[in-house]
Amino acid sequence: MDSILLQILNGLDKGSAYALIALGLTLIFGTLGVVNFAHGALFMIGAFCVVTLQRILNISTVKIDPSKTDFLGNPLEVKTPYVVNWFGEATGNAIINWSVPLAILLAIPVMLLIGYAMERGLIKHFYKRPHADQILVTFGLAIVLQEIIKAFYGANPIPAPAPELFRGSFDFGVLLGMAENSVIYPYWRLIYFAFSALIIGLVFAFLKFTTFGMVVRAGMADRETVGLLGINIDRKFTFMFAIAAVVAGLAGVMYAPINSPNYHMGMDFLVLSFVVVVVGGMGSLPGAVLAGFLLGILESFASMNQVKSFFEALFLPSIDQIIIYLVAIIILLTRPRGLMGRKGVMEE
Amino acid sequence: MSKQFTRRGVLKTGAAVSAGLAMPTIFTSSASAYMNEPKGATVTLGFNVPQSGPYADEGADELRAYKLAVEHLNGGGDGGMMKTFSSKALKGNGILGKKVAYVTGDTQTKSDAARASAKSMIEKDGAVMITGGSSSGVAIAVQGLCQEAGVIFMAGLTHSNDTTGKDKKANGFRHFFNGQMSASALAPVLEKNYGKDRKAYHLTADYTWGWTQQKSIAAATEAMGWQTVKNVLTPLATTDFSSYIAPVLNSGADVLVLNHYGGNMINSLTSAVQFGLRDKQVNGKNFEIVVPLYSRLMARGAGKNVKGIFGSTNWHWSLSDEGSKAFVKSFGEKYGFPPSQAAHTCYCQTLLYADAVERAGTFNPCGVAEALEGFKFDGLGNGPVEYRKEDHQCFKDVIVVKGKEKPTSQFDVLEVVEVTPRAQVEYPVDHPMFAGGNLGKCNSGA
Repeated sequence: MDSILLQILNGLDKGSAYALIALGLTLIFGTLGVVNFAHGALFMIGAFCVVTLQRILNISTVKIDPSKTDFLGNPLEVKTPYVVNWFGEATGNAIINWSVPLAILLAIPVMLLIGYAMERGLIKHFYKRPHADQILVTFGLAIVLQEIIKAFYGANPIPAPAPELFRGSFDFGVLLGMAENSVIYPYWRLIYFAFSALIIGLVFAFLKFTTFGMVVRAGMADRETVGLLGINIDRKFTFMFAIAAVVAGLAGVMYAPINSPNYHMGMDFLVLSFVVVVVGGMGSLPGAVLAGFLLGILESFASMNQVKSFFEALFLPSIDQIIIYLVAIIILLTRPRGLMGRKGVMEE
Repeated sequence: MSKQFTRRGVLKTGAAVSAGLAMPTIFTSSASAYMNEPKGATVTLGFNVPQSGPYADEGADELRAYKLAVEHLNGGGDGGMMKTFSSKALKGNGILGKKVAYVTGDTQTKSDAARASAKSMIEKDGAVMITGGSSSGVAIAVQGLCQEAGVIFMAGLTHSNDTTGKDKKANGFRHFFNGQMSASALAPVLEKNYGKDRKAYHLTADYTWGWTQQKSIAAATEAMGWQTVKNVLTPLATTDFSSYIAPVLNSGADVLVLNHYGGNMINSLTSAVQFGLRDKQVNGKNFEIVVPLYSRLMARGAGKNVKGIFGSTNWHWSLSDEGSKAFVKSFGEKYGFPPSQAAHTCYCQTLLYADAVERAGTFNPCGVAEALEGFKFDGLGNGPVEYRKEDHQCFKDVIVVKGKEKPTSQFDVLEVVEVTPRAQVEYPVDHPMFAGGNLGKCNSGA
């Protein structure tokens, strides 16, 4: 029982990330009809917004301390971050400590800008081209972005710790009357789950309750008619692309403490997020969210030792590596449009 | 002529022709006394390191060390460890009077890519020696290739017992230590700090290095009274270890051993710390984490999470012997930061190869191998070292380190706890952890 509960919790944070990325993918696909393989790279850039903010906050004044020496025996250079000089020891260090949540403020404008530039500069030219071309160009873009990040930040993961306040874990077991330490769950992952629920809620509310959202939904249903009504639907769709980029970026920012940012983290998520979109149903926003959490939890279950040894007995080793694809095959065989797919999307 | 005879004849001829065509040029093209005999004024070495992929930072540091070694061999720079090296055969005029040139390849930390780049360096660039690697899977694959091709392989960072155990080769030599030596050095320190009554849970990278290190660590800790509760293999490609970390506390274990390296280690340790394992009490004791193979680059990647965690390393820049000091000085002045253990072992391997060629008076792999076998030396940062003849493994002191509580700089993340003497980490050639291999005969490619 406790191990099942543990894996459900475990699946939630990964599922949250899948859901957020898949949500953005579906938004782009639903509005612009483009399959965006660079979406994982946007998630990765979000995580690197944290790293960038950390570096900015750690820009320091350098003083030579002749009483100490560095590794070569030269006088030691003592660095004090500017924020500490400006705001004092306590406040300055607190700002550095809270760099992950603070990076949200940096990530929103950066991602809006990147999303806007990507759509206007590149993707716009591929609307009328076949899906295969779109996939190739966005995949190429993903590789370019990845290599740029690698050139600036190196290939090794860079730690981006959560604020001290959220270190450690919450003991669910005790809450449910089980033994101590039987079901523990890190605070930060709880926050990640709550954060993604909030973002998902905001996106849905935006689409449902604002005039802008209404126009976008109408455009998703029938682009041509909305255009004939005198609404510049292209501009609205460009903005939706930027919003999708922000959603992916914020997912990356908050994920940074869970998995240290590295240049290829986007690719790790991209492929699975596509499976999530397809399983959820192309073009269905609730489907993307549902499938995201579902597959996240499923993946978590499959890595349980009991499950693994069960499948090994059936000559299916490393079930945790393939479970998502297996389930995707089964779902698509029985429901070719995915869990919540609509008729007419990606069909002739 | 019967029909059957014709078909068989065709098959036979076909097989013979295809065998002839398929035979690699490396076996047929050699008109020299041995593979890639350098005939001009230069000699080419092949540096095969990960230049892309998750170990690229480690590879970049290896490449820096190789370039530094080449500079020193050709008489440039301050000479580095050539001045402190006990053998004085190297004169700073190249190797056997030939200027040292080099080519580089990208292993991508994948065995097939590493073999392809090594093959290209041997066949196209005429490399007479291949060195490098930052993964045992890669090292073993390339070592096999060098054996077939008839060149010397000077292994870079490879820590699997198998490199000089089950998969050892006559043309391959390893300066780096291995899982068994880590276990022998680490066990007494663990006993002293954490006691004899502990229950260990292992997470292990699912490939040759992980398997052999886990076996060695489990055997050494069990010998002092610890129990191994469980060993879980994790795929190399894993980035999120939470589902592996979550069940640890509930298993009754009070120590977590992470047989992980590079990005794996950074992620699994970060996950373990996030789950709050290190703040927990199990069986009335503080929960502890052990990382048997540490590197400074990795420790830096894991940030504050490494504080107080024990592990072992082949070498550390803070050592105070003359060789280490000379190496840190020339590397630090050239690049602006201290070298990693990967850089150190690669630099040493290049000097050791060049020195063996000088002493043998030939680049012939069989002559070089003979000069390296049983070679005893000092002054390269690890104290007295011996290249054991029987398995081509270097035997030397092993360093036990701990994540520093109060680092003074971004490089100062590990502190040396103990230097375990060679006698304590040495094992017999027929040790069960190394059984099943055979050096075979040296191949000169002629």
